[in-house]
Amino acid sequence: MTAASILPLSLSGLSYSAAGQSLLEDVTAEFHAARRILVLGPNGAGKSLLLRLCHGLLAPSHGTIRWNADLPRRELRRRQAMVFQRPVMLRRTALANVEYPLALAGIGRAERRHCATEALAHFGLASLAQRPARVLSGGEQQRLALARAWVMRPEIIYLDEPTSALDPAATYAVEQAVQDFHAAGTTVVMSTHDLSQARRLADEVLFLCRGRLLEHVPASAFFEAPASAEARAFLAGELVW
Amino acid sequence: MTDFSAALSLAGSLVFQLDHRLIAIVLLSLRVSLLAVALASVFGLPLGATVALARFPGRNAIVLVLNAFMGLPPVVVGLTIYLLLSRAGPLGPLGMLFTPTAMVVAQMVLILPIIAALTRQVVEDLWEEYSEQLRSLGCGRAQAVPTLLWDGRYRLATVILAGFGRASAEVGAVIIVGGNVAGFTRTMTTAIALETSRGDLPLAMALGLILITLTIAVNGVIQLVSQHARRGMG
Amino acid sequence: MSRRVFLQGLFATAIAAFAMTGTPRAEDHFITLASTTSTEQSGLFEYLIPIFTRETHITVHVVAVGTGQALQIGERGDADALLVHDPAGEQKFVADGFGVDRRAVMHNDFVIVGPKADPAGIAKTPDVIEVFRRIAAAKAPFGSRGDDSGTNRMELRLWKDAGIDPKQGGSWYRELGSGMGPTLNTSAGMNAYTLADRATWANFKNRQDLVILVQGDKRLLNPYSTILVNPTRFPTLKTADAKIWHDWLVSPHGQEVIAGYKINGEQLFFGDAGK
Repeated sequence: MTAASILPLSLSGLSYSAAGQSLLEDVTAEFHAARRILVLGPNGAGKSLLLRLCHGLLAPSHGTIRWNADLPRRELRRRQAMVFQRPVMLRRTALANVEYPLALAGIGRAERRHCATEALAHFGLASLAQRPARVLSGGEQQRLALARAWVMRPEIIYLDEPTSALDPAATYAVEQAVQDFHAAGTTVVMSTHDLSQARRLADEVLFLCRGRLLEHVPASAFFEAPASAEARAFLAGELVW
Repeated sequence: MTDFSAALSLAGSLVFQLDHRLIAIVLLSLRVSLLAVALASVFGLPLGATVALARFPGRNAIVLVLNAFMGLPPVVVGLTIYLLLSRAGPLGPLGMLFTPTAMVVAQMVLILPIIAALTRQVVEDLWEEYSEQLRSLGCGRAQAVPTLLWDGRYRLATVILAGFGRASAEVGAVIIVGGNVAGFTRTMTTAIALETSRGDLPLAMALGLILITLTIAVNGVIQLVSQHARRGMG
Repeated sequence: MSRRVFLQGLFATAIAAFAMTGTPRAEDHFITLASTTSTEQSGLFEYLIPIFTRETHITVHVVAVGTGQALQIGERGDADALLVHDPAGEQKFVADGFGVDRRAVMHNDFVIVGPKADPAGIAKTPDVIEVFRRIAAAKAPFGSRGDDSGTNRMELRLWKDAGIDPKQGGSWYRELGSGMGPTLNTSAGMNAYTLADRATWANFKNRQDLVILVQGDKRLLNPYSTILVNPTRFPTLKTADAKIWHDWLVSPHGQEVIAGYKINGEQLFFGDAGK
């Protein structure tokens, strides 16, 4: 991990279309180290899509994604993590789920066990280590997904509406995790439709509407003086699409 | 119905007398089929998962062949193995023809496509569910093979049972390569075929009932174990 | 259940099953005999082989098929010795160099069985050629083995001697393509006449309406021979042990044992050695 940082990440002219329909158009942005970037916008604006393109789960139709360090794909992937709206847990224990990405990275058994145990403890899951992951509650599974991301010490983590299906206590735990990642120097890119959550967490806001990036500004600027009419309407709670 | 009641009572008395020839036949049937299933699984599970996940030219052709070979005619498999193992054939010096080993080979060839084809389907379905998550965790398609085989283990248990069912019910191949030698390569199915030829229909039917009962028992045990484990694993 | 335990279990099962299959048995000393379904289904081997094994400590693995297939197995070297019943086929087998030292062992005889009602009126007809003519004339159902077995070859010779080509005869002549037992099962099911060897018939349980209608014609004799598969063709043949079996069958003692096999007090095979 001594190599140069992969950040900033530069998106340039990024477009994505499927079945003849343009879902994301000409997005250009730059993500710097240790930032909390909240991706906002109405449903269908392309928030999840943007995260998946950055993470490399989808390939853009046009445009480029450039990382600061020119590393092989595998290495780039290892320095990123993603927590999905509904994380997929492997049919094994919680501990084994956290050890899994370490094993893929070729880390030895003893160190794996050590790091995974620590990550579980960090997210308050130590007592559930030996429980099968699939029988955990939704909130516990989301924390487990965060632990599974945490254990890799990513430079950037994407969170795709991670709290949309959770109760307030579990939501609080996820927000706490965002702060922990931030404190550890990880850039957080998180989509949400919860404006107050965005206010609590954001350093920067990306506002997407109908596949276009309308604003990428510091959070205070966005919430106090949105530049676009769509953002003003969105903040005012009007229906925007 | 007198045929069936005669068969039923005969089956009962065979079982309760613990007829030593019956026990030998049952044990041989079980070990031939179980070994064939074990070997076919060792090869078939990774093969099926690899075909499910790999992308290469000709993949569709392989899927087609696997699916079609699920219905391989046992007699043809038996004949092919027979010609290979015959002293006049390429593997003749091994002296395997008319031995239990030859029967294991024949049954393995029969069920390997079944296990591989069904595994491919199971793993492809799982990949649909897991692919984004696994790729995000840094898991490539090659590494996903063992991961998905393990995560699909309960569904794959059913796949293996399907293979076992086919192996233990099969007669066409084992009778050709095993020769139905009394006390050596006579299995439940070949014994049933023999007793049918002898016109001893009640005995044949009684053996049939015992075979079906055994099959149910084996399936029941595996299903219980699997359900128990699945409840634990979610 | 952890993955490692599971995999270890799977592995152990495979090893155990393999070990069981591969376990050398007490009767590891064995020869393979290709013989006919009629001999196997008569129950002769179940009686004869344990006596032979007790005396010689050689086990005999019998692969019971039609005579045509038994000769084929011998030709491919997949059996060490043959015990079959088709004189013409046997002579050719030896002449072609596939087998050596053909010797007469025993005979039984064929019988013609058919429905009690006997629609062709053949019961107790002494001349079997006449019997076949009557069956053809009445177009009564006849079940043929149709499997190139010794019995099938015998039946076809009888039709030929009767001057009849049954395959042109129409639907009454039914080629079943199966062994003696299945042919009897099917014939019983459709009340057809058929030619059967006496030993299989004596052991056959699913007779339904079938009874013996004709027997005793000299033409119906069914001679069995023992042949050693030519040891020069395949080096792995167990010819030394096979020769012990081969000689035992035609020894006075072996002949005595064969004559001693009875079902319901009826002797089924008659020694021919030395004749």
